[in-house]
Amino acid sequence: MMDNKKMAGMGKYESIIGLEAHLELETATKMFCGCRLSFGEEKNINTCPVCLGHPGSLPVLNRKALEYAIKVALALNCRINERTIFHRKNYFYPDMPKNYQISQYDMPLGVEGYLEVNMGDYVRRVGITRVHMEEDAGKLIHTGATGRISESGGSIVDFNRAGTPLIEIVTEPDIRTAEEAKAYMTGLRNLLLYLDVSNCSMEEGSLRCDANVSIRTEGEKGLGTKTEIKNLNSFKFLQKGLEYEIKRQEKLLDSGKQVIQQTRHFDNNSGTTKALRSKEEAHDYRYFPEPDLVPIIIDINMVESIKGSIGELPQRKAHRYGEELGLTPYDAGFMAGDRRTAAYFEKCLECFDDAKAVANWIMGDFSALSNKEKMHIADSRVTPEALCRLLKILQGGSISIKIAKTVFEEMFRTGRDPGVIIEEKGLEQISDSGELEALIDKVIEGNPGPVKQYREGKRKAIGFLIGKVMAATKGKANPKIVNEIMKKKLG
Amino acid sequence: MEAKEVSCREITSSVLSRIEEVDGDINAYIRVEKERALKHADGIDARIAKGEKLEDFTGIPIGIKDNICTKGINTTCASKILDNYIPIYDAGVIQKLNSQDYILTGKLNMDEFAMGSSNENSFFGPVSNPWDTSRVPGGSSGGPAASVAAGEAVCSLGSDTGGSIRQPASLCGVVGFKPTYGLVSRYGLVAFASSLDQIGPFTRDMEDCAALLNIICGHDRRDSTSLDVEVPDYKGFLRDDIKGMKIGVPSQLMAAGIDPEVKGAVDSALNLALDMGAEVEEISIPNLEYALNVYYIVAPSEASSNLSRFDGVRYGYRDRSASTLRSMYRKTRTRGFGDEVKRRIMIGTYCLSAGYYDAYYEKALKVRTLLRRDFDRAFSTYDVLISPTSPTTAFRKGEKMDDPLTMYMCDICTIPVNLAGLPAVSIPAGISGENLPIGLHIIGNALREDNVIRMAYTLEKAIGFKDIPDL
Repeated sequence: MMDNKKMAGMGKYESIIGLEAHLELETATKMFCGCRLSFGEEKNINTCPVCLGHPGSLPVLNRKALEYAIKVALALNCRINERTIFHRKNYFYPDMPKNYQISQYDMPLGVEGYLEVNMGDYVRRVGITRVHMEEDAGKLIHTGATGRISESGGSIVDFNRAGTPLIEIVTEPDIRTAEEAKAYMTGLRNLLLYLDVSNCSMEEGSLRCDANVSIRTEGEKGLGTKTEIKNLNSFKFLQKGLEYEIKRQEKLLDSGKQVIQQTRHFDNNSGTTKALRSKEEAHDYRYFPEPDLVPIIIDINMVESIKGSIGELPQRKAHRYGEELGLTPYDAGFMAGDRRTAAYFEKCLECFDDAKAVANWIMGDFSALSNKEKMHIADSRVTPEALCRLLKILQGGSISIKIAKTVFEEMFRTGRDPGVIIEEKGLEQISDSGELEALIDKVIEGNPGPVKQYREGKRKAIGFLIGKVMAATKGKANPKIVNEIMKKKLG
Repeated sequence: MEAKEVSCREITSSVLSRIEEVDGDINAYIRVEKERALKHADGIDARIAKGEKLEDFTGIPIGIKDNICTKGINTTCASKILDNYIPIYDAGVIQKLNSQDYILTGKLNMDEFAMGSSNENSFFGPVSNPWDTSRVPGGSSGGPAASVAAGEAVCSLGSDTGGSIRQPASLCGVVGFKPTYGLVSRYGLVAFASSLDQIGPFTRDMEDCAALLNIICGHDRRDSTSLDVEVPDYKGFLRDDIKGMKIGVPSQLMAAGIDPEVKGAVDSALNLALDMGAEVEEISIPNLEYALNVYYIVAPSEASSNLSRFDGVRYGYRDRSASTLRSMYRKTRTRGFGDEVKRRIMIGTYCLSAGYYDAYYEKALKVRTLLRRDFDRAFSTYDVLISPTSPTTAFRKGEKMDDPLTMYMCDICTIPVNLAGLPAVSIPAGISGENLPIGLHIIGNALREDNVIRMAYTLEKAIGFKDIPDL
C-alpha cells in the first residue's frame, strides 16, 4: 500500500474501482425453503419456520437457485468449482432471522471470470473475482409518517424477502472511471436479463451495487486507501456517487490529507457520500462452514447441460450480426441487446431478408412507440410477420415511407394487418402514370410562376411542384414516378 | 392392549399417576400433558373397540425432551429465553411418532440447550436421579433418562451431542441409544451443535430400543444432513449370539480416571462376551486424547452461531426495559440465558473470531478428521468397541457445578463417538456398592447399528440387569 502523502500534489490521478453486485434470482421459491418469492404482498405472508429462523428449522438448498447461479457464473466466463460449500456469516440485525446469513466464503461457486465492456473507442475487460450464492434478509419498516429511523416510534420486520436467493458478483479492481463502472453495470444487467434469471430491477432492489474505490497517481503501481460506497442503486447514482467520491479523495490528497478506509453511504438527495463506519468498526463476521448443509458437488454433466441452455450470449450474437448480416456495431449491439429483441429480430429475418431495414425499423418508430407505452416490442400487438409484411409492401414501392409510418402506427395501436389497413384507407401509392399525368398537367397549369423559374434554370422549383402533386394525392403518389413525369413535362 | 386385557386409558393413567407420585422429587418433566394424554388415550381405546390394527407404539405413553419441537406445545430447551415459545410445527421424529398414534406424556427436563452433564443447568430446576435423589441423573437428557428409570414414561426421546443420551442412561440404569449421525432427522430438534446433534431413544431394554429405532430412523428431505439410506428392521438384529464377533477395547478409555467399580463391571461384561465366543482385544485410538479439546471448540463454535437467533425480536423472552436495539439484545440474552450457555457462547465466539479461527476451529476440524480415520482403522478389524459409558456412577448434586472442566470430563468416553458420527448405546452393566447403576458403552461403525444392537442385546441378556430404583 502506498503512503497517501507521497501522492499529494503529484498531479493526475487514476481511480481504481471494483464493483460488488447483488442479484435477486427469480426462482419460484426461496433459497432454503418452499415459500414463494414475493414483492409487494401482505407483510410476512410468505414465511415459514425456516425463513423465520424458528428453533429447530433447517435449510434445504433450492436446486433451481444453484442452476441459475451456475448459469450466471458460466456467462461471466467463470471457472465452476467442482466442490463448493456454504458458510455462515454471523452478525446481529433484526432483519436477519437467524442472526447469521448463509453465504459463501472461501469456496465460492464460480471464480476467475471476466466481462468485456465496450466503451466505444476501447474495450475494458473487467475481471470477475467470484460469483457466489447467499440468502437475502427481510425488510425493516420504520413506523411513522416519514419512514426515517430517526423519526420513528418503532420498527417492524417483513420477512417476505428473507431467504430470497441472491448471487453476489465481485469484480477485480479493473475499472478506471465512473463511466466504465456504469458501462460495466449496464453490460452486466443486459447479460443477466439475457439469462432470464432475474428481472434485474434496480428500483425494486433486485439488482444492487456497492463500489470500492481508491485513487493513485497515474503510472503508480501500488494502491491507495480505498473506501466502500453503499446505496448506489441506479446507473445514475452509481456514476454520480463514484464521481463525487473520486473528487473527494482527490481533494483530500491535494490538500495533503489522507483517505481513511471506511464504508460510506451515497445520499442521492445531496449527491454526496457520507461516512458510515471505519475499518475499526467493521464487523467480524466469524465465518465458518454451514454445518446444516452438505458440500455441493457440481458434476460436469450438470455444467454442460446448463451451458447448453444459455445459448448464444449477447456479445457473441452482436458479433455475428455484424459479420453475417452486415449490421453496424451499434445496430448489432441493439438487436442483440436483450434476449427478446434478438428473438424478435431473428423471427423477422425468417420472412424478410433485409436485416438493415428490419433493424432500422425496430430501432426507429417501433422502439419509440414501445418506449412511450413502457412496453417491450415483443409485447406489442405487432407480430414479426406483420412487420415483415409492411416492410415488403414498402420495398415493393406501393407505399411511401411516410405512409408506412402511418400504417405502422395503426398496426401498433390495433394489431391489424398492414395490407388491410392500406386497402381500407386507400393508402396505396398512385403509380398509374395516366392518372398521375393528368394531375401533373393540372399542377403545371395552375402554377405558372414556379414552372417559369424552373425553365429559367432554377431547378429547385421542381420540389414545390412535386409537393403540390403529393398534397393533391394526400401523399399517395409515388414520388419517383411523379418526379420522372414532371421532369419530362417541364422539358 | 390389542388383546383388550388392558385399556390405553389404564396404561396412560398409571403412568400419569406415577408422574404425580414421584415427579415432585425427580423433576423429570417441565410440562405434563395430562388432560391431552387422557383424552388421546380414550380416542385410542375407541380405535381398539372398533378392532383397528395397532402399531408398535400406538397408545404408548412417551416423554419428549424439551428441545424437540411439538406443535402447539411449549418447547423451552429448559431456558428462560424460550419459556413462552410454542412451536408452529412438529419435529420430524414427532411426525413419525404421530403416525404411530403415540401418547405424549409431556416435555422432559434437560440442561439448558442441552449443555451440561448433570441436568443442573435447567431454568426449571435440576432433575434428581431416581436411584438416589441427592444425586444427578446425568445430562443433558436428565429428564428423558430419569423419567424412564422412574416409570414416569414407557420410553422417551432425547438428544445426544457429546453423550447427552448415553451418559444419563448410564447414570440412571436404562438403555440409551445414539444412532449414526444423519440417521434420524434433526428437523425440529433445536440445534446445539449441528454437526454433532442426534436424536435417540431411552428405553428399559434393547427390545424396545430396536422397536423405537424402527420408528424414528429414516430419511427426511427437510434435513440436508439426513442420510438417504434404506432403514433396516432393527428388531431383526436382536440376536442372542455374538460368537465370532470382534470387540476392541480402547485402552485410553479404561485407564486413569475410570472408577474401579465401573472398570470392574465393564471387565465382567467383556468376560461374558469372551465366554460366549466373542474375541476381545485391547486397542489404541491415538487421537482419542484430543477428543475433549476438539469437542469444546467445535460444539461451542456451532452453538454460538445456532443460539444467536434467540434475540428477543421474533419469539421467546424479550427484555422490555431496554430502550435501544443493542441494549434489548444485550439484556434479553444476558437475562435469558444461564451461565453455562453464556460460557459456551463466549468460548465459541472467541474460537471463530478473526485471528483465532485457524488456531482453534480450523485445527479442531483437522483433528476431528484424524480421529475419524482412527475409528475407520479400528472398525476395519473390530465389529464393535466397548468402554465404560461414564467414568463414574452418578455424582452428588452440586459436586461439579463450580468446576466446569471436571464436569466436561464426564463425557470423555462418549464425545469421540459424536465427533466421528458413529452409533453407540449405553446399557446397564451392574450396580455399584452405593446401589448406583453402571453403564456399558458399545460403539459401532457408521450405519452398523446391527452390530451394536446384536452385542447389546446379547450382553443385556447375559448380564441380566433387573434392578429398579427404590423410589
